[in-house]
Amino acid sequence: MRRCFVILLGLLLVTGAAVAPAAANHEIVIGMQCDRTGATQTVGVNLCPGYHDYIKLVNSKGGVNGHKIKAFEIDHEYKVPQGMESYERHKKEGAVLIGIYGTPHTYALTQKLTEDRIPGTSPGFGSAAAADGQRYPYIFPIAATYWSQGAAAVKFAKDQLGGLKGKKIAYLFYDNPAGREPLPVLEDLAEKEGFQLKTFAVPPPGVEMGAQALDIAQRYRADFVIAHLFGRSPSVSIKELKRVGYPLKKVVSFVWGAAEADIEAAGGFATAEGYNAMQFAGVGSDYPVLNEIREMYKKEGQQPPKEMASTVYYNRGVLQAAIHAEAIRNALKAHPDGKITGEDVKKGFEQIDKFSLGGLVPPLKITATDHEGGGLVQIYTVKGGKFVKTTEWYNAYTDVVAKHIHEASAKK
Amino acid sequence: MIHRECGVLKTTYEADMALYPLPIARWAVAAIAVFFFLVLPLSVHEYYLSLVNLISIAVVGALGLNILVGYTGQISIGHGAFMSVGAYTAANFAVRLGAPFWVALPLGGLMAALVGAVVGIPSLRIKGLYLAIATLAGQLIIEWTINHVSWISGGVQASIEVPRPRLGSYVIGSQRQMYFFLLVFVVLAIVGTLNLMRSRVGRAFIAIRDQDIAAEIIGIDIFRYKLLAFAISSFYAGVTGVLYTYYLGIANYEQFQINVSIDYLAMIIIGGLGSVLGSIFGAIFVTVLPIAIRYAMEAFGDVFFSSAAVLNIIPNLRLILFGGLIIFFLVVEPEGLNRLWRNIRSYFRVWPFAY
Repeated sequence: MRRCFVILLGLLLVTGAAVAPAAANHEIVIGMQCDRTGATQTVGVNLCPGYHDYIKLVNSKGGVNGHKIKAFEIDHEYKVPQGMESYERHKKEGAVLIGIYGTPHTYALTQKLTEDRIPGTSPGFGSAAAADGQRYPYIFPIAATYWSQGAAAVKFAKDQLGGLKGKKIAYLFYDNPAGREPLPVLEDLAEKEGFQLKTFAVPPPGVEMGAQALDIAQRYRADFVIAHLFGRSPSVSIKELKRVGYPLKKVVSFVWGAAEADIEAAGGFATAEGYNAMQFAGVGSDYPVLNEIREMYKKEGQQPPKEMASTVYYNRGVLQAAIHAEAIRNALKAHPDGKITGEDVKKGFEQIDKFSLGGLVPPLKITATDHEGGGLVQIYTVKGGKFVKTTEWYNAYTDVVAKHIHEASAKK
Repeated sequence: MIHRECGVLKTTYEADMALYPLPIARWAVAAIAVFFFLVLPLSVHEYYLSLVNLISIAVVGALGLNILVGYTGQISIGHGAFMSVGAYTAANFAVRLGAPFWVALPLGGLMAALVGAVVGIPSLRIKGLYLAIATLAGQLIIEWTINHVSWISGGVQASIEVPRPRLGSYVIGSQRQMYFFLLVFVVLAIVGTLNLMRSRVGRAFIAIRDQDIAAEIIGIDIFRYKLLAFAISSFYAGVTGVLYTYYLGIANYEQFQINVSIDYLAMIIIGGLGSVLGSIFGAIFVTVLPIAIRYAMEAFGDVFFSSAAVLNIIPNLRLILFGGLIIFFLVVEPEGLNRLWRNIRSYFRVWPFAY
């Protein structure tokens, strides 16, 4: 009987000991949406591994302030019902932060996230008006929105042409809401800078652009082209503009227009020589954090994953994960026991300041009112078989962008 | 659903047309109602209710499409667009005029019915694949219009945020509250369809499906009933769009694109054309199967692959399995899950004597 009691006590102690450290190292769950199979799968197959690799790196160093991070990925095939299901699943698993993927999903989740007080990030998609942290307290674009990108594109054209007065700018865009979103900002800037703006819509699925390219090059004779295309269409635009003899160095694309795969599909880096594209994460493999990831794989005796070669999207995954980890780190300052809620992470995001990850991330400053973090981009140019950095991080016409954000939130 | 009779003993037309052919059917329906209104919502986690909610929305849409495709024999690839018509109508009424949901919802349905009837006009002259292409054109035209007319879509974003539905001062926000909200409409849709199909109108639809020339000869006004089928079916689609809009809190054009029309067609073909239960089975199948496969892969994936590879394999294998299972079920029973269910039922009805 006494022996039984001792064994029982021993068992209790053992289970107690097993439970105790788990409580001290509270695992933090991030709900991560991904699209590896749907309409935008070319992005997802490289972005999501980048995300996981950075989280793995953080965990291999003992986690954030001693707390491991679990990135719970769900593939929603870019479909809204499955995106809703994945959000509810993430909530059930106790996620304190959602990495949303996809513009319709950002729209669909905006109200839910606010009600449930869980912050969600939408880098490079979603609504530009969400930069207003007062109006959308739980949505964090954390990267340049289409409005900021439009402003930055005009600034780039201005620098390249040496002034915009009386110049002709063509805006070549994918004809959907995301494609039309920058239009109000571009129209304002056309008035302000005195240039002529003409729009060239590409109807979905965006693989037919011969007429538009010819129009831009021969009839309109544009001095500069701002392109905002998705999916297969950026590579088609490079091909078509090349075919009609338009100089690619007078083209600047938004952030979804220049991954390695797009350039390859357009006929390789030699064909696309001179093509400019905006990026909200650094491009190339020459960053300290990427070296650390390679080191980590080497230590495990493995090759670095092949996705690392597609640096545009892989690096965006790393950027997203790094900003998430940073927000959690800030949140943990107030709660060292690791028991943080969505509200704490929201405050964590709003404390991010001058976080740059060795140049891969722009020097973001996110505040309670500005959830975009400054709207910074870099321009990369295709030169000699690779992407070469043409400008440092910059933003432009912030007053015009701010005016539109202000108008959008005043409307409701 | 789960009952048996011994012999056909009906002596009046009323008995033959009754919704509940036997008293036990009445009890079964009552038990199902108790289960869905009390047991299920009070016993499971909100996450599972959110799944049921997605199914509920799909059930209403699938029932509507089945009225048109399964019962009347006309095809439509434009139902995604009809949903968007309902969604944007309701959203505009709710935001601009502050209409409550019980005003916005029927208005959304009626507007979709009107647009659906217009898109259905070609059905008077063409059939089958030709009609499919005509409705496809309807889908594209409606999509384009909503996308480009900012008076409808509320700006270049083509999305309108709608407030949560409320009853008096009671706001329907959480998944559990939304469950009851949606369940009411599912019940209305099911009862409505069941009754429609045993009415004069429903019989006319079925007559048109079986042989439209014969139907015309026995005095059915083809023009009227075909357009009516399009209108009723689009009304359901519009209501689905409104429910979806209230569920998400936003009307957004990307939620009603052509692939949605295809998904709903898939639901009724897998479930069974021309049956209410089939629409429900199809909606459940298409909504839950990808999720169920993912759970299975999460549980067993690590046994076969490394964890990094699993993340890449799960979604791809899921697509393959999803397609494979659809083919499997259609090969096993081309008339859909409803027929499969009836086969199982009739097997046990005579069990253990297989004659």
